Amino acid sequence: MHPIIKLVSQRLALGFLLLFGASALIFGLTEALPGDAAQAVLGQAATPEALANLREEMGLNRPALTRYFEWLGGIVQGDLGQSLTNKLDIAESIGSRLGNTLFLAFWAAVVSVPLAIFLGLLAVRYRNRWPDKLISAVTLTTISIPEFLIGYVLVYFVAVKLGLFSPLAMINDSMSFWQKLNSIALPVIVLTLVVLAHMMRMTRAAILNVMQSAYVETAELKGLSNFQVIYRHAFPNAVAPIVNVVMLNLAYLVVGVVVVEVVFVYPGMGQYLVDHVTKRDVPVVLACGVIFAAIYIGLNMIADIVAILANPRLRHPK
Amino acid sequence: MNEQLTHMTKQVTAGKLTRREFMGKAAALGVTAAMASTMFADAARAAGPIKGGDLKFGLQGGESTNSLDPATYASSVPFQNGKQFGDQLVEVAPDGSIEPRLAESVEGSADAKVWTFKLRQGVEFHNGKTMTSEDVLKTMERHSNEDSKSGALGIMKGIESMKADGDNFQVTLTEPNADLPYLMADYHLIIQPDGGMENPGAGIGTGPYKVEVDEPGVRHLYTKFENHWNPDFGNFDSVEVIVINDATARTAALQGGQVHAINRVEPKVADLLGRAPNLTVHSTAGRGHYVFIMHCDTAPFDNNELRLALKHAIDRQDLVDKVLRGYGTVGNDMPVNAAYPLFDGSIPQREFSLEKAAEHYKKSGHDGSPIILRVADGAFPGAVDAAALFQQTAAQAGIPLEIKREPNDGYWSEVWNVQPFCASYWGGRPVQDQMYSTAYLSSADWNDTRFKVPEFDEMLFAARAELDNDKRKDIYSKMGMMVRDQGGLICPMFNDFVEGVTNQLEGWENDPTQEMMNGNMSRKMWFS
Repeated sequence: MHPIIKLVSQRLALGFLLLFGASALIFGLTEALPGDAAQAVLGQAATPEALANLREEMGLNRPALTRYFEWLGGIVQGDLGQSLTNKLDIAESIGSRLGNTLFLAFWAAVVSVPLAIFLGLLAVRYRNRWPDKLISAVTLTTISIPEFLIGYVLVYFVAVKLGLFSPLAMINDSMSFWQKLNSIALPVIVLTLVVLAHMMRMTRAAILNVMQSAYVETAELKGLSNFQVIYRHAFPNAVAPIVNVVMLNLAYLVVGVVVVEVVFVYPGMGQYLVDHVTKRDVPVVLACGVIFAAIYIGLNMIADIVAILANPRLRHPK
Repeated sequence: MNEQLTHMTKQVTAGKLTRREFMGKAAALGVTAAMASTMFADAARAAGPIKGGDLKFGLQGGESTNSLDPATYASSVPFQNGKQFGDQLVEVAPDGSIEPRLAESVEGSADAKVWTFKLRQGVEFHNGKTMTSEDVLKTMERHSNEDSKSGALGIMKGIESMKADGDNFQVTLTEPNADLPYLMADYHLIIQPDGGMENPGAGIGTGPYKVEVDEPGVRHLYTKFENHWNPDFGNFDSVEVIVINDATARTAALQGGQVHAINRVEPKVADLLGRAPNLTVHSTAGRGHYVFIMHCDTAPFDNNELRLALKHAIDRQDLVDKVLRGYGTVGNDMPVNAAYPLFDGSIPQREFSLEKAAEHYKKSGHDGSPIILRVADGAFPGAVDAAALFQQTAAQAGIPLEIKREPNDGYWSEVWNVQPFCASYWGGRPVQDQMYSTAYLSSADWNDTRFKVPEFDEMLFAARAELDNDKRKDIYSKMGMMVRDQGGLICPMFNDFVEGVTNQLEGWENDPTQEMMNGNMSRKMWFS
């Protein structure tokens, strides 16, 4: 078997094992939380009688292990089951939420990744001069401010005062593509500002590291321009750590944006998950958890594979 | 000039004069612009509701776990949803009287044990079926039978039997209760076809708007139901309930014009928001109250002297000023206030007094160990701050309070009604009887102060059976005094409903029963 195919299939198998472990962990942790779905739904209005009836209806009286393996049996057949609290089909509800989350993450990535790498290259080109310092200062400032604050500031000045974009990033199926883009403009800006610094600094550091090596000096001596040296010799050799940090940030854009979703009332996965954790709706929490874990594992796997492919030493192990 | 103005306002009322024309002509007569604007608004209001437009609410209190099943309603968005697509048998009017809805009239027997609701005929459900007394019976059964998990289960307990009889629906009670019509006005008791036995979350009712889009935790869209039994209800073409749980986003949406009305305006921004020219902040005194509750049967709170010491050691006015920023009224350690019918306003207000607190504390003989008060901001907004203020004033009286912060998550299942001293919130009930029977009757599930006094229970039952309002008022007054002086309730304040509404909407009225005009904005208001 070709070593690369073997590598990918090994990684995939490991990924599935990790997913299984993650689902067991999530299930165990939600079980360990105080209270259950019946209690959370009834809240202050819980009477012992209503609680007992609701538990019976939700099937919470059965042992935890039985419920877990029933759920596992379902998901293997592609059935995510029904929400305990509102009886809606989970696959259907998650479908549109996940679509929204990916839509926002995609556009945030389209803006932020090229911008971050370009700024990183620019910073190397003008290392220790004012453009480098300016880029670092601005991006480090925006990553240091909590994202909700950036969100509120943008809402106040851009949406309420200037009236440029809508303060709410509500999107639904009846909107056209351009309306949707207009609607998510503010959250995309916020997310870009949040992830920019990490990727930019990593690009800068990785390339500077390579710039110390002898072959870069050779390239300079043979008369290549500064930017060409970076672009043709330094960047390909620095790509592994950059891909790694880009993937980590992409994963963040998908699974870590709940605060931004709340500020902009965006109907994504984050808010959906938080609501169901509060209500102890285990099937939904498991489904969301597994999807999030799959995205994290998948993106990290891609980063690993790219790193290996980009490095001849790892590509041809002794 | 006066005659001319009168003529012009009449023309406005008849819809023959636009605002621009009216303002112009009024200016020609030497009337100031502000004056003319007010006159136009008055005249337009007199013209009555205008139909049409798309109403948008931005509301706190919705989650992706919400269902349209009325039995599950426990927060603002589901409450508002039910009011769009459904009707109860009766509704509590803003003045506290009973207003007929799906029942045309209500009649009680002389002993207040048998109640007959005469049902409106020809009422159509959104699925085309006509409402019958069977549907009403099934609905009530679903909320009260032994499989029920309804939020209304508690109030349905006193019912012995129910029957559907032609055009009538009849309820027989185990004990007399003069307030039964108020119980039937509960917002969970929406009449559904076949009682919603088959598919309770389908959102089919008799209300003025029918369900178009149901995305829990995001938005709910309703369109006008043309065959509603009352053509005066529901002036809008569509109503959209948008879930905006973040307070800043909600205010921004109202200012930016994305929504027309929002609930739960934070008291600290209410004054500022109210200065915006295109909207009004309405503050309505309600029956909800922010409280600290002590278990009367658990040491050290089983000692009434200690309870009285704590009650005297809290500065109510200071809490209203600082926690509610004035959007509320002081409480009197009773769960009822002037917003309730038959309330006795002559009961003296308990004042903040360090001397009395110290005196009672000394009499209690408490050993001086810290008294633990459990709080979370989920109990009521500002609960942690309120507890800190309470701690300071108690310390001045020599009472050591120790504040223990609890997580919001799980507060209502792990702390409230479990721990002996904690912060809590009560939403209030339409009548005193319901408030007392929910939380102060010895046998009540939610007796969160463990107030168990047989004499009090007897008075409660006596008041229920009493049809003479003067005598009832007298009994309620005595009950109030009893809770105030012996109970485990420290009630520093009643909070107002603070809501922001655009000036494009006309027809606002203050309704103390529930927030947002008791959920009737989409029925009663209109775009000017």
